[in-house]
Amino acid sequence: MKNKSALALLAALLLGACASERVILLPSADGRPSAVVVRDLDGSELLLDRPYAATVRSLGSNRLYQEGVDQTQSRYAPVLQARPLPPFSFTLYFESGSDRLTPESRAQFARIKHEVTARPAPEVMVIGHTDRVGTRADNDALSMQRAQTMRDLLVAEGLLGGKIEVAGRGERELLVPTADEVDEARNRRVEVSIR
Amino acid sequence: MTRSHWIAAMIVTSIGGVCPALAAETAGMVKVSRGQVVIERQGEVLPAVVGTPVLVADRLRTGRDGAVGVTLRDNTLLSAGPDSLVVIDNFAFNSSTLDGRMSIGVRKGTLSVATGKIAKQTPESVDFRTPTSVLGVRGTEFIVEVDGNEE
Repeated sequence: MKNKSALALLAALLLGACASERVILLPSADGRPSAVVVRDLDGSELLLDRPYAATVRSLGSNRLYQEGVDQTQSRYAPVLQARPLPPFSFTLYFESGSDRLTPESRAQFARIKHEVTARPAPEVMVIGHTDRVGTRADNDALSMQRAQTMRDLLVAEGLLGGKIEVAGRGERELLVPTADEVDEARNRRVEVSIR
Repeated sequence: MTRSHWIAAMIVTSIGGVCPALAAETAGMVKVSRGQVVIERQGEVLPAVVGTPVLVADRLRTGRDGAVGVTLRDNTLLSAGPDSLVVIDNFAFNSSTLDGRMSIGVRKGTLSVATGKIAKQTPESVDFRTPTSVLGVRGTEFIVEVDGNEE
């Protein structure tokens, strides 16, 4: 086994020496700064930290340059056009201490249904949350109950039951941080994440 | 990562290729499939139609007219262009704690990436490997192209 691994490694090194490689940083969808660190076999590092910053390497040469926007779009059109749709999230809110949706949130169902049916092979994740009224244990149970209620409502709307995952995070992930026992409507919510 | 770490990681990867995990974890799902696209899994070749689950250790291979898009469970978006070979070397994700790790290999062709929740929570647990380099990410979209004929 060891010899085989060493051979595989050697093969990777030899073949790697013949390959030419290019890495291009794209602007992030949310416009926030982002970066890629490219590490070589010899441990040297190269940082791409501006949109369309690029590196091309072959046979030991390693060039940093700025790639053109249009050139990237045309040269990589096939791979860029095959990108899956970015996931989309809805947040829906509940009446205090219950698993009953507020009327405004109930009205969002049509949009959720549209988002799900518009996607190829849709997957839905429902995550329940609570405010800090009540014990942690009760809130864990309530958040799960909210997520399950949400799933049942989505299934009743005709959305694929088997592909809806549920999770409850209790009061661990507050949207609005509060002291304990504070009744905060914005924390009583479920996220419906669709991908 | 030092050179010795990198070599250690390479060896683990090649052993993984010889002895696939008994029950491979689901890493994601095919969302876009154009032209010829297959998944090579434990000696089998499966058509990668939309809705096909993608498992750890799967090899995604596209033909000359092929392209494929995969959404991983942590919302990472991957797509591969024509004449590509992309391998899910490692993927684990807990959707409650958001802990996880992933390592994706680009053997040849083109791969575009928009990283997801694992890269947001623990960027050091995410890497992309080409025949000559390892890419680390900081909340990122990028393209990798590998010319050559490595399988």
